[in-house]
Amino acid sequence: MSIAESVLTPLHSELQKRLGNDLIFESTCDGIETLWVDAPQLVKVCQILRHEFSTPFEFLFDLTAIDETCRQHCVLVQRQDFTVVYLLRSYAGNVDIRLKVSLPLLSKSVPSVTSVWANANWYEREVWDLFGINFSGHPCLRRIMMPTTWQGHPLCKTHPARATEMGKYSLPDDIRDLEQEALKFDPAAWGLKPHGNPDEFMWLNLGPNHPSVHGVFRIMLQLDGEEIVEAIPDIGYHHRGAEKMAERQSWHSYIPYTDRIDYLGGVMNNLPYVMALEKLAGIEVPERVKVIRVMMAEIFRILSHLLFYGTFAQDIGALSPIFYMFVDREKLFGIVEAITGARMHPSWFRIGGVASDLPQGWDKMITEWLDYMPARMHDYDKMVMDNSLIKARAVGVGAYDTATAIEWGVTGAGLRATGFDWDLRKKRPYSGYENFDFDVALGKNGDCYDRCAVRVEEIRQSMRIIRQCVENMPEGPYKAEHALTTPPVKDRTMQDIDSLIPHFLSMSWGPVMPAGEVMAEVEATKGSNAYYITSDKSTMSYRTRIRTPSFPHLQMIPVMARGQMIADLIATIGSIDFVMADVDR
Amino acid sequence: MLDLIIEHAGLLITIALMVAVLIPIGAMLVWFERRMLGFWQQRYGPNRVGPFGILQSLADLIKILFKHDWIPPFADKPVFILAPMIGAVSVLMSFAVVPMTPNLVVSDSNIGLLFFLAMTSLAVYSVILAGWASNNKYAMLGGMRAAAQTISYEVFMGVSLLGVVILSGSFNLSEIVLAQSELWYVVPQFLGFVIFMIAGIAESHRLPFDLPEAETELCAGFHTEYSGIKFALFFLGEYLGMMLISMMITTLFLGGWMGPWLPPIVWFVIKTLLLICFFILLRAALPRPRFDQLLSFGWKWVLPLALLNLVVTAAVKLWGGF
Repeated sequence: MSIAESVLTPLHSELQKRLGNDLIFESTCDGIETLWVDAPQLVKVCQILRHEFSTPFEFLFDLTAIDETCRQHCVLVQRQDFTVVYLLRSYAGNVDIRLKVSLPLLSKSVPSVTSVWANANWYEREVWDLFGINFSGHPCLRRIMMPTTWQGHPLCKTHPARATEMGKYSLPDDIRDLEQEALKFDPAAWGLKPHGNPDEFMWLNLGPNHPSVHGVFRIMLQLDGEEIVEAIPDIGYHHRGAEKMAERQSWHSYIPYTDRIDYLGGVMNNLPYVMALEKLAGIEVPERVKVIRVMMAEIFRILSHLLFYGTFAQDIGALSPIFYMFVDREKLFGIVEAITGARMHPSWFRIGGVASDLPQGWDKMITEWLDYMPARMHDYDKMVMDNSLIKARAVGVGAYDTATAIEWGVTGAGLRATGFDWDLRKKRPYSGYENFDFDVALGKNGDCYDRCAVRVEEIRQSMRIIRQCVENMPEGPYKAEHALTTPPVKDRTMQDIDSLIPHFLSMSWGPVMPAGEVMAEVEATKGSNAYYITSDKSTMSYRTRIRTPSFPHLQMIPVMARGQMIADLIATIGSIDFVMADVDR
Repeated sequence: MLDLIIEHAGLLITIALMVAVLIPIGAMLVWFERRMLGFWQQRYGPNRVGPFGILQSLADLIKILFKHDWIPPFADKPVFILAPMIGAVSVLMSFAVVPMTPNLVVSDSNIGLLFFLAMTSLAVYSVILAGWASNNKYAMLGGMRAAAQTISYEVFMGVSLLGVVILSGSFNLSEIVLAQSELWYVVPQFLGFVIFMIAGIAESHRLPFDLPEAETELCAGFHTEYSGIKFALFFLGEYLGMMLISMMITTLFLGGWMGPWLPPIVWFVIKTLLLICFFILLRAALPRPRFDQLLSFGWKWVLPLALLNLVVTAAVKLWGGF
């Protein structure tokens, strides 16, 4: 498969101009320009893309790998045992490009691109940890998700996926001692270059259990008094192997797992997953489904932002706002429960639609809440945003500019707080966002205060969107008519055998998605959340890559933390708005 | 010995009565604060144990008494045990000089005010020693913060009170109350009142000045390693401290027990309770400043203001304003 499109895009022709004519392209289902690169040329190609293009690819959106050893369909000559995938984005051109590097099993090594994009650091560590692919030239290639004592690389197809495939678990005393020893902090092994006299500093272990790290997150702090000299984040304590689980779940039964990736995002997490599969299967969802999805996603955006708002104030020491916001959240969860039957994790979106139609009286409930909320938001403004102590603690604290944000892969409110106007809902509308009237909230200074202010404004904009949903909800089915939707349409199964058999198979095995690969992205509560799915024409995913926003955001903490006081760091962490489930997956 | 006890029997009974009343009231304050916070934060607060949850503190006490009295193996044991005692005792001692009514006062000392200041200074040792003896980094940071904060705020706590001393011409708290029979000092000494209140909150380590135990930053600060009855002593000390500061403000600025119609003790309790409510409301309303902000606020704003207050009061007094 070389050039699939008959018409050359401008990007395509520039690629050929700068990189030569003998490029190997691959056509993918999501239409992202995909280019195969030889490992030795990788850094050179990346540098050209990053610096020399008319639309420079300044943002490394994602970096992951695929174990190709069990692929049966879509055979490509250039593909070998492992593929490393880079997804780059140019904000100027609003265009993406995907680079693929093919590796044989015996020499799993590619040059590191950390010199081109700073945020490649953690991604490459993750790929090394989970696939065993070596990145030559990486500053500190060590495990990031798994314990340092882990044997093997879990996302390889040879690695067992279930406990029953592994030996019986036991923990003898000597192994236990080794495991505990491995948890100890060794500055050199953590990639810390010595600076200054080590006796003059104090190491403070913040986490994994600490009141304000929002989950199991650990930061090692090198302190000079209360001032932070260096901070080293340590993640992986919340790693549940969500990507590995995807390879053992049917397309349909994986939906509940997605809810728990960003556990505050609820159905917002379902959206990129089902959109990716719909793109892959060629399902066109009805208008009503789109609007319902937007409405529910925006409700969860409000729920998540309200929790952020409250905990941010609480991290600074204001104890009350969180309780008021929980009251609002409680009311809203009541609505979510009335519509979906569940509260935090409804798993309510389906491939090709949603699980059920809206219940009677849903519009009245939502309208009441929308009428109730603005007065409360006004109170919170006075309580939190206008509070001079909060301002003293948040303005100018943990600030970064747009270039730094892009360099470190910041998306969502953290990026918009720097004044950079990029909202996926506006730039690449999905699920019908182009039909809604709303503004993109922007900050100016990229500090803690602006990050909070952007989210507060987003709550208001989400309320606008929800009101438009209520007022303009189209009539129609809540599920697309397509054989691959889940659960499949049942009404004709008792009429003819040709409907009954596919329905039976689809209900028992689950649908078989066509072979191919696809990525779908949404502007999630915390930033850009994308599912990059590879299907090998099976009832289960061949590889599901979940690109979560919080992962790169945490990687950036040292950049913000240096020179801060501990109290500033707490405010900064609070302003990032992450959940560890979203980081570790 | 015996005749000595008989001679001071009245005094001993008063002391016993004070301790017997103050400690349960201190414990009840925990329940009261949690209910008030609940009220202001749109939730219930403890309402399960007894009517309106009023027995919550008792339940907590029973639970805490039955806890393992644990001392971390890495701690400095004698100091670790001593620290919470110093805290509770120094606060309890201060109550000795507070005149609740013209007759109900343990020691109507001529240096009552100085004694109070000395005892609050002593209370800092409890926090610093606890932070140090715990041999825990969070506790140490908490202890450091406590030391810096208390030393800074102690200075102008004393200075802010000098205005009252100048006006009343006495360090005796009963006399200070009596000197307010025409006009409460909150009016001529408004600045001193505000400054003393700020310093008082800082001394009792309550939000927004709870940096030594800033939960979101330092887990529990200086008492991170404490549990059981020793933790309860810190807790009790904090609430007694809040009560003490409220009583002192009442005595120094709000005319103490004085008031029309009602008996003196009722007036005293009402004024103190209102101040306690205000302290709790502060906790519900305000976030926490950063450590350096707190210190620079103290040295750059409050101290000069306290000195200004002192100078102006002295000048007015000299020229016979009062």
